[in-house]
Amino acid sequence: MSTATACLHHLFEEQRALEDYQGGVPRWCKGCGDNAILAAMQRLCRDEGLRPERTVFVSGIGCSSRLPHYMRTYGFHGIHGRALPIAEGIKMARPDLHVFVNTGDGDCCSIGAAHWIHAIRYNMNITVLLHDNHIYGLTKKQASPTSPLGTRSNTSPRGSTLDALNPLSVTLGVQNVSFVAQAVDWIPESLFQIVTAAFRHRGFSFVRILQRCPEFVGNMFEPWVHDPQRMLMLTHENGIRVSPALQKIYRNERPHDPSNIDRAREVASIDDPIPVGIIYRNPQVPCYEDLRHAGALRTAESIRATLDGELDKFTVWPQ
Amino acid sequence: MNAVTNIRPRGATARSAATAAAAKQLVTLDEYIVEIMSDSGEGAQKCGQSFGSIAARMGNGVWTVEIIPAEIQPPARSVAGASGNRIRIGSQRITNGGDEAGLVVAFNEQVLIGRLNAGELRPGCIVLLESMWGESADAKIAAQYAETRDRLIADGYRVYEVPMEKECRTLVNDPRKGKNMFVLGMLCNLFSLEMNLAREQIAFIFGKKDEKVIKSNVALLEAGCAWAEENLDFKFAVPAERATEAQVVVNGNSALALGILASGMDICAMYPITPATSTSHYLSDIFERAGGIVHQAEDEIAACAFAIGASYTGKVAVTITSGPGYSLKQEGIGLAVMAEIPLVVVDVQRGGPSTGQPTKAEQSDLLSVMFGSHGDAPKVVLAVSSIEDCFYSMITARRIAETFNMVVVVLSDASLATAQQPFPRPQFSPDWLAPPIDQNPVPEGATPYDWDPVTGLSRRFVPGQPNGMHTLTGLAHDRSSRVAYDPDINQQGMHARSLKLAALQKTLTPPRVFGAEEGDLLIVGWGSTKGAIEEAVERLCAEGHKVSSLHLTFLQPMPSGIKEILQRFRKVITIESNWSDDPHDALIDPTNRRYSALAMLLRARYLVDVDCWSEVRGRPIKPGTICEVIRPRLAPKEAHS
Repeated sequence: MSTATACLHHLFEEQRALEDYQGGVPRWCKGCGDNAILAAMQRLCRDEGLRPERTVFVSGIGCSSRLPHYMRTYGFHGIHGRALPIAEGIKMARPDLHVFVNTGDGDCCSIGAAHWIHAIRYNMNITVLLHDNHIYGLTKKQASPTSPLGTRSNTSPRGSTLDALNPLSVTLGVQNVSFVAQAVDWIPESLFQIVTAAFRHRGFSFVRILQRCPEFVGNMFEPWVHDPQRMLMLTHENGIRVSPALQKIYRNERPHDPSNIDRAREVASIDDPIPVGIIYRNPQVPCYEDLRHAGALRTAESIRATLDGELDKFTVWPQ
Repeated sequence: MNAVTNIRPRGATARSAATAAAAKQLVTLDEYIVEIMSDSGEGAQKCGQSFGSIAARMGNGVWTVEIIPAEIQPPARSVAGASGNRIRIGSQRITNGGDEAGLVVAFNEQVLIGRLNAGELRPGCIVLLESMWGESADAKIAAQYAETRDRLIADGYRVYEVPMEKECRTLVNDPRKGKNMFVLGMLCNLFSLEMNLAREQIAFIFGKKDEKVIKSNVALLEAGCAWAEENLDFKFAVPAERATEAQVVVNGNSALALGILASGMDICAMYPITPATSTSHYLSDIFERAGGIVHQAEDEIAACAFAIGASYTGKVAVTITSGPGYSLKQEGIGLAVMAEIPLVVVDVQRGGPSTGQPTKAEQSDLLSVMFGSHGDAPKVVLAVSSIEDCFYSMITARRIAETFNMVVVVLSDASLATAQQPFPRPQFSPDWLAPPIDQNPVPEGATPYDWDPVTGLSRRFVPGQPNGMHTLTGLAHDRSSRVAYDPDINQQGMHARSLKLAALQKTLTPPRVFGAEEGDLLIVGWGSTKGAIEEAVERLCAEGHKVSSLHLTFLQPMPSGIKEILQRFRKVITIESNWSDDPHDALIDPTNRRYSALAMLLRARYLVDVDCWSEVRGRPIKPGTICEVIRPRLAPKEAHS
């Protein structure tokens, strides 16, 4: 076999189909927005040519966090709220791996909120997908931090009493924020475009995905799903462009430069119409793993030399 | 000479310098305990540690104990704010802090009060007391000083008033910074330590600063030495039997850090907590030079999760904490147990529950570490009992974690954390290091939880290994790591995870009895009490009693052979620094008595009637106290009643 043939052969081997990324059969409810996110992830892996053995999907607990089971990559289905620090440990130990985090509005914005704030600050090269359906699903319908005021649930039967937390503005308020975007499950093409941009950004890419939960809050996003005019498509040469096909339906476009943090904060606070696209991006923010791995190589010799050097300081020699 | 008129040996009569020096006789001792007490920030710690290091260089056995207030800058001249160091030096190896001190240096009279009240000073103890407070312009201070001094004298302590401030002022402008070196000089003179070694020690501790600082401190050292020579009427020598091999002098927490470095672990994730944190301080200083990383996480939970994530990808990581932090890590530890991710957790125990006594030693976390998390979560628990142990425990823990895919918890405590004791210099071996991360393709058909029916062991697959893709989960799972609620599969998984403890247990050697193999009474202990227990056993045997001791390193699993040992003694008792009910309390009877942790475990496992004695005074248990506890239990029954 000539070198060229071997090369082509190798390329063919490396070529993967969607099926190569499909794991177990999803057990989400009929019509659940998580399916759209799963499809976008599988397509992303295929199109970016990610080797399944070098890719890790990390999650916490909740409906969203079942996603790793449905991928044929490495997966880490952890504990409630702690997906981010687990993912950080993985990335720190193995910067060669592609690390994704799937988390829900309860997992990220409630029980794991402390980790979320600090993960933004660490800015490790991880792609985070916040499956935000505004409700706790797996525990059967309790209000979440992102539930709109007045949401009726099993823990708020007369309507929730607190205003919803906005994950986008919270993220944009934290030092070292480097990538914030918003997508919705019902526009798959734009979802795919956005997660691709998030993956390609080197740093902590935070994508809030508004996701329907037909089982518990079936009407939550209905007005927006049925009225394309209530979607605000963000477009910019530094961000993403809305495709001509989508433009025919979603005509409400707004030029938005994602390098401008003040404009980004303004856009983030809009809840109607729903902004979709890249809200903020700053590729200049250093990644924690790069800062920390700047030191010496880890070899048996470097360990021996360091240990002996230290022991020298504390050694009492016989006289 | 003003300085001399202030000296008051034993009574109120002052002696002249000439008499002091002429009357001096060199008294040779086997061992001695010195305490140096000051306000926080006056350098008593540095003075005490230096004194210990110099003695160690002379070849003496040494054990130093830090006496630390919980606050950084507690009020000056306060009982609670006293900070200091106890140094026990001996001709032979010293394994614990000993009983009461024979000499104490006090930078003011208030810092003595806590030590007096706690009974830490022996009757007739020599007190070298800073005399400046007696001349204070503040009448209240002068009165406080006089009152304490007179009480000490009346109680039979040998009080020497030493004008430390005044003497230091002839050399430096701010005696607050330097008085400790003057004291070090006095102590070198009083204990016949070589001044050259003391000068070298000063050069070492101030090595990062300029020559001027070293010079000024050496001058203070020499002044202290000369002053003691001229003005004090006693002098001791503790002859040293020099070691034949190089010894290392570090405290327990530094030894842990060096152990982590030597074990080949790459990542340590932590959150600040007393008394564990100084391990991470030191590790942060040295780890990066060898490519390691200390990650200070946003909280204890994140530190644990971060370490789990790092371990998952190949090499075992470590997280270090103390009791309250351990509680927070418990859920994460359960995940590591369930998913069989190796992990090393260090718990440097402190007084609990809740915030408890952050700077004080206790052994109260054993049961929560062993049985903690939720559900059945078997993990390996071992306890260190010396400074040397702190070093090697990290290498052992890493290896066990990796071999058995288990969580290994290493228990230390506040007394080992800051105690110093020389031990033979470790000789690095590449075998200590973790093997490289396996990135080979996984054979077709292999599963990530292919539990061996006998040992429960399975080979884990790590990211990067082709064909090994699976989703690890904290949910019940089958051999392929698929979520499974099948009743048989859950039974199998639990079985396998539990079997691994038995598999490890089969590799452990039975513990060795200290002293005779059989006798009237066996003391069982674990952790930092080892030195004190064994010293007590030696003393009791010297009195003619048939007492031995057994010290456990592995608490879960416990090695085989323990039951047989327990059965060879008429009585068995554990000595522990945790809570147990006093059987003489009005409401306590054998059916409701709460036993110490180890006693409870031994009783449950071996069906042997194990008694216990414990205290939670926040200080290391003294060998003398143990002797007092044991003697009445050895007396014939009729004599006792």
